[in-house]
Amino acid sequence: MEARRDVFQAIADPTRRAILTLVALQAMTAGAIADKFDSSRQTISKHIQILTECQLLEQEQSGREMYYHFNPNKMKEIAEWLVPFAKMWDDRFNKLETIMKKYKK
Amino acid sequence: MERKTKINAEDDKQELVITREFDLPLELLFKAYVDPEIVEQWMGTKVLKLENKKHGSYQFETTDPKGNKHRFNGTIHEFSPNEKITRTFEMENTPFGVQLEFLEFEKLTDDTSKLKMHTVFRSAAQRDQILQLPFAQGINLAHNRLQDIVSKLK
Repeated sequence: MEARRDVFQAIADPTRRAILTLVALQAMTAGAIADKFDSSRQTISKHIQILTECQLLEQEQSGREMYYHFNPNKMKEIAEWLVPFAKMWDDRFNKLETIMKKYKK
Repeated sequence: MERKTKINAEDDKQELVITREFDLPLELLFKAYVDPEIVEQWMGTKVLKLENKKHGSYQFETTDPKGNKHRFNGTIHEFSPNEKITRTFEMENTPFGVQLEFLEFEKLTDDTSKLKMHTVFRSAAQRDQILQLPFAQGINLAHNRLQDIVSKLK
């Protein structure tokens, strides 16, 4: 059984992040994406497949071409997952601020 | 909702920068780092030792929700009141090793100040591992373009 695609694993790869960065700017075909990289088309195609499987990319047929769009909603989920570390410090610093305001005269 | 605390952890780098602006005069912000009783309140740790001087050291202890105690300690390398603290940080009885922290305190106005906390880890892998601890899950994404897009959704 194939392991379920993990969205965090998907963005852990620098090439896949580069693909997301490109496609975030404008929808692109697989060929246009591959042209931006030195890697083989097959390699890029595999990366696109992984990104699509975990819904970071969405496909849309336009005429004969298949375009890939960036799915910001999926990315937002990741951003939220990334928040705990920031939140830990934010909470601490908020507390610090509240405590120290008592000393303020 | 925008957090006042900014974290920058660039990919494949062994460092992490946390910045925060406070609605506090510089002196009070600095005091929060050197007064043991105050440190205990905002860090949520017990302060076993805190020597605010060059060659001084500190040791803190936290108790997790299960009641387990965790200690962490470090040595102070630089101590300039209202300006900076350079120190090491190490979690005891963990394989994570020591990290180096540069804390810079800056006056913005009479009533506001800024803290920059620059942490250097032994390796990028170690940084990411520490960021992914249960109590400190992490970021390893610094593609501002993506983050800009994401932040507009909020």
